[in-house]
Amino acid sequence: MTDATSQSGPMLAADGTPLKKSLARALRMQKTRALMLIAPLLVFVLVSFIFPIGKMLFKSVENDIVVETLPLTVAELQNWDAESGALPDEALYAAFVTDMVVAIEAKRHTRLGTRLNYEYTGMSSLFRKSGRKIKKLDPATDGPFKEQLIDIDKKWGDVTTWAVIKTHSVKITNGYFLNAVDMQRTPEGAQTQPEDKRILIKLFQRTLFMSLMITVSCILLGYPVAWLLANLPARTANILMILVLLPFWTSLLVRTSAWKVMLQQQGVINEVLVWIGLVADDARLVMINNQFGTIVAMTHILLPFMILPMYSVMQTIQPTYLRAAKSMGATNWTAFWRVYFPLSVPGIGAGSILVFILAIGYYITPEIVGGTKGVFISNRIAYHISSSLNWGLAAALGTILLGVVLLLYWCYDKIVGIDNVKLG
Amino acid sequence: MAALTPISRKPMSLVLPTVAAAGGFFGLFIGTSNGSGILGVLIGALMAVIGAALYIFVLKNEKLGKWLTIALYGALGFLFGGLAAAIVGLLYGWFIQWFSYWLYEGRYRARLLPYLTPGQVLWHYAFRVICGAIFTFLITPILVVMPLSFNEQDFFTFTPEMLRLDPAGYSLKHYQDFFTNNEWQRSFKNSLIIAPIATIISVSLGTLAAIGLSQSHVPGRRAIMAIMISPMIVPLIISATGMFFFYSDIGHWLEGTLGMNKTFVGYVKVVLAHAVLGIPFVIITVTATLVGFDRSLTRAAANMGANPVTTFFRVQMPLILPGVISGGLFAFITSFDEVVVVLFVGSASQKTLPWQMFTGLREQISPTILAVATILVGISILLLATVELLRRRSERLRGMSPT
Repeated sequence: MTDATSQSGPMLAADGTPLKKSLARALRMQKTRALMLIAPLLVFVLVSFIFPIGKMLFKSVENDIVVETLPLTVAELQNWDAESGALPDEALYAAFVTDMVVAIEAKRHTRLGTRLNYEYTGMSSLFRKSGRKIKKLDPATDGPFKEQLIDIDKKWGDVTTWAVIKTHSVKITNGYFLNAVDMQRTPEGAQTQPEDKRILIKLFQRTLFMSLMITVSCILLGYPVAWLLANLPARTANILMILVLLPFWTSLLVRTSAWKVMLQQQGVINEVLVWIGLVADDARLVMINNQFGTIVAMTHILLPFMILPMYSVMQTIQPTYLRAAKSMGATNWTAFWRVYFPLSVPGIGAGSILVFILAIGYYITPEIVGGTKGVFISNRIAYHISSSLNWGLAAALGTILLGVVLLLYWCYDKIVGIDNVKLG
Repeated sequence: MAALTPISRKPMSLVLPTVAAAGGFFGLFIGTSNGSGILGVLIGALMAVIGAALYIFVLKNEKLGKWLTIALYGALGFLFGGLAAAIVGLLYGWFIQWFSYWLYEGRYRARLLPYLTPGQVLWHYAFRVICGAIFTFLITPILVVMPLSFNEQDFFTFTPEMLRLDPAGYSLKHYQDFFTNNEWQRSFKNSLIIAPIATIISVSLGTLAAIGLSQSHVPGRRAIMAIMISPMIVPLIISATGMFFFYSDIGHWLEGTLGMNKTFVGYVKVVLAHAVLGIPFVIITVTATLVGFDRSLTRAAANMGANPVTTFFRVQMPLILPGVISGGLFAFITSFDEVVVVLFVGSASQKTLPWQMFTGLREQISPTILAVATILVGISILLLATVELLRRRSERLRGMSPT
């Protein structure tokens, strides 16, 4: 056929254009149409989801507040050597007062104080108190300022104060990330925090440990149920499926409050145990506001996410495989372990990754049933967003968490393949 | 498989000890609650064995035996512990009689393959019991909430009156509180405003995009898909943190530069944030429906002179509608249920129902939460039923047999 067309010139479409060109145009049109259909959503997701995540990543290193509030001071600080142990000279104090007067006018000095307070306790009150007095000074006429400032608060005569300002005067900082792993940025480089302030590493470890516990208990509880559902006749399986799907569709808050009702000291489980006499009335079990409570409640909440992928994988495993294995002399256990289990591994993998990733970022349930011992890193993020307002640290913690999750996805993709994840 | 296995009566050496064990197990709990566990086990086992012997050797009438046992244990329960114990007694009487006959007649083998060894039969039933326990674990917390929401007292726990099934222990006052309390009503209304609008946005954009993605030539399909699914795979707390930074800037801009109403801007922020979260569900369900969509139908429509818009609304849409609706329901429940993002992005005037429940659980524990929870369980049962019906309809339309 190619011979025939090459002899009589290019093959033509009905309208006389060469077929190749016409086909290419049709393909292009098809591509454009598909992209046009996708475009609105793609733009929407990019702008209102991917961009905010990017913004969070940027927030975790952004630190222009010092430079913006105290531009002259930061320039002067470059000439001062924090290592020398001597106080800065008069030029710096003058620059500082000039900057502060402008900042106080714009009411920005308290924000700077709050920012520096994350790094060095006492900075917030120092800036607030001194602000009131510096306001009365005139940078042009009232000099020299060194003595006056030290009179206002003797911390201005402390080398550490200036060293802290100098250390955090960079525009892009690794300070928040160092804080997030229990270190801090000091003039001598990164150093570990004092013992009593090291909580975040422990919290990360606890989050990972508890997510792992939840995943394992979900596998242990989910596997038999998924097996049963996959091997029962369809009609019975559908009815039992309701028992799995109902919790899945029920509001998270409903299930969390239900666990609060169940686990409290005066809760249903304790009442029943006392009633049947297994536990004495004055020795009720403590099951809430600790790790146990969080693990139980979250296992319950995430169990459907384990059962559904396992079920959809197990449905595809032929029961005849097991019979064949047994007919060839395998015991029940060998048949299961050597034949059925390896075939069901993709289901376990899909369920585990889903449960683990959901668990690692959980906030609501640990907050309500976790007390202080059962909280996750996400509770710390929420605390920094809404209470302590240390947004940079919150962003850094979020970035690390995101990194962990992406790493997990990557591993999962390598081991099982991301396309194997099915929902229901 | 039911008729496969011939069943035969089992010897007393199997029946009586097993029945005794069951009776003893039940007696243990009655015994411990009344002071002596061992005595309870003995009495329970003895009563069960005597019962079983009576059915088999004296009565020889299964129906009569059943009613006698149920009546006996019910009466015993009523004498010792009132109405609630009577119900437990009735249930136990029914169970122990059924269990005795189940063993004695060998009915437990009827539905199993004939060549199973006794050990395998035991494992079969042990496995069922384990699964039953897991199902109980799944469903109990949801069931427990319901009776508690009718509590007369302001407690989160069963009062003695409730356990006695005394009508005075029950009331509808928490429901009344939910329907009259301004705070609850406002948050309920907010949920009903935010969730549908967010759903409409995610369904309309999501359906279009899913149709686009299902075309045969899409450059960079994998990357596009990954971006669109990302709101589902990024942990919620991270999405919420990112959105918090993003929407606080957007909010300042809308309020400051464009001079918009603060409350309105608040709603816009929450609705947009929720719409993004719902999109992956719409994409996944609609794409799954489109996989089974016969492309020649659109060509046939085009062949007969329909333009693409007509084709979409008259041919494609009716066929993929079940997928679109169930995707929409997923998106709706995502938004309706969502707390973290609304906590971070919204302000007090956008307080939704889950937010109100969250503060309620953290601060003042009021059983109104349980009343709300019961209503929400009702809603989720409705949604579950709808999704299930749609799924079956979609399979029928695609010519697959309903499973």
